[in-house]
Amino acid sequence: MSGRRILAMTRKEVIQIRRDPLSLMVIIALPLIQLLIFGYAVNLDIKHIPLCVYDRDATQTSQDLLKRFQATDYFRVVHLADSYRDVVRQIDYGVCTVAVVVPPQFSERLRSNGQASVQALLDASDANTANIGMAYALSIVQAYSERVQIDWRERHGLAAVAAAVTFQPRTWFNEDLVSMAAIVPGVVAIVMAVVGAFLTSLTIAREWERGTMEQLISTPVGKLEIQIGKLAPYFVIGMMDTAVCAGVAVWWFGVPFRGSWTVLFGCSMLFLVVVMSLGYLISVTSTSQLGASQLAMLATFLPTFLLSGFLFPIEQMPVPVQWVTRVLPARYFVFILRNVFLKGTSVRSMAGQLAALAIIAVVLITLATRAFHKKLE
Amino acid sequence: MSQNASSVVVENLTKRFGSFTAVDRISFAARRGEIFGFLGPNGAGKSTTIRILCGLLRPTSGQARVAGIDVAASPDAVRQQIGYMSQKFSLYNDLRVVENLRFFAGLYSVPARDLPDRLAWALRMAGLEGREQFPTRALAVGWKQRLALGCAVLHRPPIVFLDEPTSGVDPVSRRQFWDLIHHMVDEGITVFVTTHYMDEAEYCNRLVLIDRGRIVAMGTPTELKNRYMKGQLLLVECEPLGPGLEALRGTPGVVDAAVFGSSLHAVVADAQSALPKVRECLEAKRLRVGRLEQIPPSLEDVFVSLTTSRESKLEKTV
Repeated sequence: MSGRRILAMTRKEVIQIRRDPLSLMVIIALPLIQLLIFGYAVNLDIKHIPLCVYDRDATQTSQDLLKRFQATDYFRVVHLADSYRDVVRQIDYGVCTVAVVVPPQFSERLRSNGQASVQALLDASDANTANIGMAYALSIVQAYSERVQIDWRERHGLAAVAAAVTFQPRTWFNEDLVSMAAIVPGVVAIVMAVVGAFLTSLTIAREWERGTMEQLISTPVGKLEIQIGKLAPYFVIGMMDTAVCAGVAVWWFGVPFRGSWTVLFGCSMLFLVVVMSLGYLISVTSTSQLGASQLAMLATFLPTFLLSGFLFPIEQMPVPVQWVTRVLPARYFVFILRNVFLKGTSVRSMAGQLAALAIIAVVLITLATRAFHKKLE
Repeated sequence: MSQNASSVVVENLTKRFGSFTAVDRISFAARRGEIFGFLGPNGAGKSTTIRILCGLLRPTSGQARVAGIDVAASPDAVRQQIGYMSQKFSLYNDLRVVENLRFFAGLYSVPARDLPDRLAWALRMAGLEGREQFPTRALAVGWKQRLALGCAVLHRPPIVFLDEPTSGVDPVSRRQFWDLIHHMVDEGITVFVTTHYMDEAEYCNRLVLIDRGRIVAMGTPTELKNRYMKGQLLLVECEPLGPGLEALRGTPGVVDAAVFGSSLHAVVADAQSALPKVRECLEAKRLRVGRLEQIPPSLEDVFVSLTTSRESKLEKTV
């Protein structure tokens, strides 16, 4: 091992990165674009569900009920229908997802026998939104119904009856249940995986593709010297991207940060070594930059996006898929990121995940070093 | 000393790619401080041999020692002792001239205190002084080749391997390039060079003629011409060329005849007795005869004579 040869490799690589517009784009623009897209667009919170109202009763009572729909953030009244056909049209045209129809004689029935029903129509072509809309609507009507009962008993001089069992949920770590707080730290993992693996996947493939490899391997430079010298600048770039992403997450998106920055960067370095080794392994086994970069994207972006627990909880996946996720480095890193950001837990509580990452790193580095030969065949 | 006298020693070297034998049991030795030429047509096995000697390919069998080191056993030890210039230009086009030089100086561990001198020397040698900051991709082919040579010899290796260094280079640049090679040899460097230009082969101290993976002849250019040329050579100018060639081949005493540029070369056992017979035959066919005289054979004649005789042997065995 010679420091001078490693330094020569690194210098050359830095010059090439500086002069390559594509690399610069990936380094600077890609992380920010991904952060903004995922931070804003991937929003699992459902609010402002478009609502259509058809009030066939048109009394003070029915208006009281409908005002409750207006008063929440969950619904946004977009249309006041004047006929059933109108309601159907609003749903057909996608103007609203939920329609509430108050039947005629609603207030009269409520007064006379204390029983009345309200109809809700749901467009379940987006099952998730429809489900949540139904739950919201149900809770609004139930609350209203309770109020009506209490009022009735009071008017008749009876004591109000409290419910026997009440459920008092308390949410920890992400108190407002904002999905962004859980997603944005995960985006850091996606950015690192894509930037780390994508850029390093080009390094060796580029030398083969441009025919410069033959000259390079005719010199005394060693396999490991090439590897370290080439990857060093990308490691620095990857850590800078990580810092930018974490900063944007905390100061732009307002994600709570309860852990230690040292732990965050320490763990990120380990993860970066893993994804860069993966990129390097892909690079030494391909001879074209296009093939290598596509394989790198396929090996990092999709699994990180779908299987890391970033969006979809791993516990909800079919058991065989859960097994597959165990070899995914991003799975462990997403867990670590959420812990560091939201919980601020100690390193000890993440020992299993860190060990898994370390094992994957050793395996990938060994494979990559073995797969690269200073030979032309 | 005897170990050092030979820079490159090859014994029964064979390289097969699948069922194709690129290099077939070749043996030779290149002495220190000489220009050792490897001459042959494309696909003869020149590049394969040079790549084995630089440790870029594993030999299938046989042995190659460069600067006394077994290439197959310790390729990295050999690499510090050699400079290699591949057939295709393989420097970094997106680097500047001086950045390429610095990069290879780093890989060859040129000491920092020697670096300014070496860079200046390489730039002067390649004629690239004042173009240090040029983007490499903007250089003309001839200059690129000289820069590649500069990068390959920055560390002053005792042996330099040049694989078709002048292919695709204009005649003036070729000339300059060979001046460079002679300059290096004057400094005691062994130059191992492959070419398919016959005129360049004349510049070599010693030559190996290689055809379809086998050595067909070996020696100094003069030795090759004297030893391997069966008979003597006549230059025949006549019009038209085609019937002339036919007539020559039918002339008694003519061993072989071939077109060389705008004239014909005929191989005969004895020039003095053959000359009148040839003139008689051509004139009998009513061909206009121009120059007709004995000439010294060129390496090209030797090569054609050697490869055609091998071809006819091959045809007989098939």
